[in-house]
Amino acid sequence: MSILVDKNTKLVVQGMTGSVGQFHTEQMLAYGTRIVAGCTPGKGGQALMDVPIFDTMREVVRKTGANASCIFVPPPFAADAILEAVDAEVPLVVCITEGIPVMDMIKVRRVLDSQNTTRLIGPNCPGVITPDQCKIGIMPGHVHKAGRIGVVSKSGTLTYEAVGQLTALGIGQSTAVGIGGDPINGTDFIDVLKLFNEDPNTDGVILIGEIGGNAEEQAAAWIKDNFKKPVAGFIAGRTAPPGKRMGHAGAIISGGKGTADAKIEALEGAGVKVAPTPSDMGTTLQSLL
Amino acid sequence: MNIHEYQAKELYRKYGIPVPKGIACMSPKEATAAAEKLIQETGNDVVVVKAQIHAGGRGKAGGVKVVRGVAAATAAANEIFGKTLITHQTGPEGKVVQRLLVEQGLAIKSELYLALVVDRESRRIAIMASTEGGMDIEEVAAKTPEKIHTITIDPAVGLQGYQIRQLAFGLGLSKQEQKGFSKLLVGLAKLFEQEDCSIAEINPLILTEDEQVVALDAKVNFDSNAEFRHEAFWNSVRDLSEEAATETEAKEAGLSFIQLDGNIGCLVNGAGLAMSTMDTIKHFGGSPANFLDVGGGASQEAVTKAFRIILQSEAVQGIFVNIFGGIMRCDTIANGVVAATKELGLKVPLVVRLEGTKVEEGRKILDSSGLAITSAATMAEGAQKIVALAKG
Repeated sequence: MSILVDKNTKLVVQGMTGSVGQFHTEQMLAYGTRIVAGCTPGKGGQALMDVPIFDTMREVVRKTGANASCIFVPPPFAADAILEAVDAEVPLVVCITEGIPVMDMIKVRRVLDSQNTTRLIGPNCPGVITPDQCKIGIMPGHVHKAGRIGVVSKSGTLTYEAVGQLTALGIGQSTAVGIGGDPINGTDFIDVLKLFNEDPNTDGVILIGEIGGNAEEQAAAWIKDNFKKPVAGFIAGRTAPPGKRMGHAGAIISGGKGTADAKIEALEGAGVKVAPTPSDMGTTLQSLL
Repeated sequence: MNIHEYQAKELYRKYGIPVPKGIACMSPKEATAAAEKLIQETGNDVVVVKAQIHAGGRGKAGGVKVVRGVAAATAAANEIFGKTLITHQTGPEGKVVQRLLVEQGLAIKSELYLALVVDRESRRIAIMASTEGGMDIEEVAAKTPEKIHTITIDPAVGLQGYQIRQLAFGLGLSKQEQKGFSKLLVGLAKLFEQEDCSIAEINPLILTEDEQVVALDAKVNFDSNAEFRHEAFWNSVRDLSEEAATETEAKEAGLSFIQLDGNIGCLVNGAGLAMSTMDTIKHFGGSPANFLDVGGGASQEAVTKAFRIILQSEAVQGIFVNIFGGIMRCDTIANGVVAATKELGLKVPLVVRLEGTKVEEGRKILDSSGLAITSAATMAEGAQKIVALAKG
């Protein structure tokens, strides 16, 4: 079918009444996502685009049965919003917000690790989409096409790039997941790969990483031992200078660690075919089918 | 965000972490007065004159002098102040010393290493301690990893006594030293969390002949995402002369910009796409002049500003605009490019690749602008074209 989200997903948007939240709520509705509620403290009882707004997440879940949340709350309040969704036992929380302090994410991650009801995707990510069924996030819906290739990526625009190439080649996607470029996030490559591995409707995967950390190396090791489907890869930042943060909080080469070359080597060692340039992601995947 | 050693040490004092007596100086003259004062107060005529720049490796570059007496301190200050220090962290252009720290000399028994960092793997704050102080810790980690003792702080309960003991025994501290170390570490952990640090490093942490534990050096980096919690304080310690002017200007416009040494200016949306645009230019034999992510929600003004920053650089011999619009709309980009070009003129080749949201509108704006624009269908095609054009 797909992973994480499908046409039965019932979404609540936290921070729906802000300008960004409002714009993307409109886009998600237009794509066909079932948005059952908004959550903005103090605006309970109102409605926006015919979507009812509630004050608290517990109330949202009790009254609407929402089973996924999309967060557009600004950085100072985003960790609180995630924790409120965890408290309300929402199974899937997608946090789009960019710029959450890492100290906040350390605490959030500690709470996430102490329970197994809620999965967090992000923060600082484009979201999750199962084409033609459900779009949670900010990705341009029209570049996607329903099909059987999974995409998992740290980078938003590179996800669009990969998806756009696949669609142009006539290859559809099962689900595309942006895990975000922050040093501490909710879901890593391996979590998503596990889901794609078990999904009977995913035939292959494009994995897009970038410099910083060692999530790509860990994913490579896991792929080598466990993954049953073909994987095409790409790593951004091959020419990035060390010690400079390249936009994403996590995208930095420090102390000689986290280089693109080390990640590419690890992926190739695990049998992943790495695209030479980002324009070749689609054709690289195609060559594996 | 980076701060100077003397500022980090002021912060350390606030959290009860022992540091040498010291005085920050903005001129060699102030350094003379500081040396006099310190020698008088401590009764010890050994002082240390330290260059204050935002980079490590100062000692090797001649930016740290241990001297005896006021005259020698003055001579050292005169030598270091205004000097351009080139270290492994400054880049080849180096950094000019505009501030000094004059400190009391201490009788050092041994040098240790202590650092707190955000550990991505454990998703916690990690504390690393080693007996190999003063050394390049990356090298120690690579060659003798058993000499680095590491613990991580559980955010639910905080730093625990047994963890401090693990480190203290690992470092072979005496009973008296353990007391000092424990107090210092508790303070540093508190500082790290409350001040939103990404790194707090003491190299070396020294043990003195009288069994005191003192932070001889202090490095602190802040997590720039947490600026909203510390705005007033961070503004008071920010040294703009240490940051590239264009990078500061870009940051104020909400752009992420990093100057590089190539000749092809890049304007891209999204960090990953911006990085891989640089990679693609290099792949086809060119060299990027900058990393520039205009982000997702950039206004036309911000795009104009971004394009202006690129146009103003003399090194730029060609510009590549590479946009895959998601939240970012192609028409906004096109309007910004046209506005900046009208103002400053376009003297170098421009290749534009637009894709995604509002792409037709964007292309129309560029087509009707009368600008000499070469368009490209893909990132690879665009990179090839700009590399060829920039060569002339």
